[in-house]
Amino acid sequence: MSTPRALQPFATIGGAFLATSEVVGGMGVMFGRIVSRLVRLSFDRSELLRNLYKMGVKSLPIVVVTALFTGGIMVIQAAPLVERYGAHGLLGWGAGFGTLREIGPLLTALMISGRVGANNTAELGTMVVTEQIDALRALAIDPIGFLIVPRFIGIVTTLFLSTVFADALALFGAAYAGRGILGVEPMVFFNGLTSGLLGLGDVFHGLIKSVVFGMVIALASCQFGIATSGGAPGVGRAVNSTVVVSAAGIFVLDYIVSFAIG
Amino acid sequence: MSADELNPPESAVGHIDEENALHERTGLAWVGGSVLDLLGAGKQLYSVFVKTLYYSARGVPQPGAVARQMYEVGNKSLVFLCVVMGFIGMILVFQAGLQAKRVVPDLSLLGATFLELLVRDLAASISALMLATRVGAGIAAEIGSMVVTEQVDALRMCAADPIDYLIVPRFKASIVMTTMLVIVAAGVAYLTGMWTGYAFFDINPRTFVNMSLVDKGDLTIGLSKCVAYGAAIPVVSGYCGLSTFGGSEGVGWATTRAVVNSSLAVIILNFFISGAGYLIFG
Repeated sequence: MSTPRALQPFATIGGAFLATSEVVGGMGVMFGRIVSRLVRLSFDRSELLRNLYKMGVKSLPIVVVTALFTGGIMVIQAAPLVERYGAHGLLGWGAGFGTLREIGPLLTALMISGRVGANNTAELGTMVVTEQIDALRALAIDPIGFLIVPRFIGIVTTLFLSTVFADALALFGAAYAGRGILGVEPMVFFNGLTSGLLGLGDVFHGLIKSVVFGMVIALASCQFGIATSGGAPGVGRAVNSTVVVSAAGIFVLDYIVSFAIG
Repeated sequence: MSADELNPPESAVGHIDEENALHERTGLAWVGGSVLDLLGAGKQLYSVFVKTLYYSARGVPQPGAVARQMYEVGNKSLVFLCVVMGFIGMILVFQAGLQAKRVVPDLSLLGATFLELLVRDLAASISALMLATRVGAGIAAEIGSMVVTEQVDALRMCAADPIDYLIVPRFKASIVMTTMLVIVAAGVAYLTGMWTGYAFFDINPRTFVNMSLVDKGDLTIGLSKCVAYGAAIPVVSGYCGLSTFGGSEGVGWATTRAVVNSSLAVIILNFFISGAGYLIFG
């Protein structure tokens, strides 16, 4: 299989294309299988509860820290603009639209992808490497219904709820950072937030995104986890690919969803 | 170690029961235990950082190691980063234009404001979050596998400090390459933003390219962020990699911790550098 030197660039491009197609196709097939189990409601409920606890409740500290700091950063970044135009009343609007529409869902998704998605791949990968998935099959237990569907629901639910939580906390952090840095009272901040420039549409814009991001993270982490091969280094590689694919997927879909729902 | 083999974990499908240890502590004991764990981790992280700095100045020179890591950190992240930052540029200009139209009809300053934000914060911070996932996970997975397969112990046996041998080349490479990558990424994001402004809001590219709002302060803040993130990512993920234990499961855990902790480090550093920059440059 030695490629002539002149054709090397084409071989590289083709190889990259095939690899990408394999990942996307694998995620598509995985999604189809998950939907078929979801429709028939054939998945493990106690495993679902365990995953919801492990993914959702356990991620709370990270979401809290990220959201509070994000709110603060939004205000610090907006501060020079606000002072330049003397638009203290608009601070709430500026920080609000940035947080609710983009930064809140995006940063929460990145943190959850790092904490939950990577963890999920590591766990599934370990099961594959130690042949526990084969054991499940040998016991006639469907690995998709038993392992993947509960994780899929768990990640999507976790990300959705975390985003709601992070939006609220980030605005709270922004309001108090605004008082500390610009001397804008939190009441003025919240007035700017609710004065009509922002609507429920902006909140839902962010929340729809968070559901889409959750599905990408869940599919990527389950797909790479199940496709792990090659012992301990293989698990590390799988986790690495998961976070990279999740991050790229999040940004690409963010763009598409932003345009689609305006 | 034989005790573990004789009494395998009870769960049938190998859940990683990290919470079992925590469940025994309740109430105040849980809070205290968490604080102690956090302080211990912080102390070790600090010692890794100091050792990295020490060996950066006085370590054993390894010809070619830094260049290899620069290729690993920089060149291999370039495509990923360009794709992500390209999309970020389009999204931000699209969202900002949509919102700004509700308040001011004139969008001619959008490009200048976008460039200022990009230079001061967004280019460095979003690229660093991406590098924290890609490079951080890579470093932790690699070093973690070496710990699990006892290669790090072999290094210690050869009297080579793993921090000097493994983390220092990554540290030097990451500082240089993060700065380079951020500059490229900012360019890509600005170009795609310019295209979005032209395609959706009819902003002439000549109007969009307006550097009047970028001053020395913005540039200083942006570049110091690059250096800070570039230094933080390999130290945090190297520490996570070196503290791996327990087989392939452990490598997965270490990688997860590396991604989460380096992302958190980026966000927290961003908060403090932005705050300091605002106080200094106004």
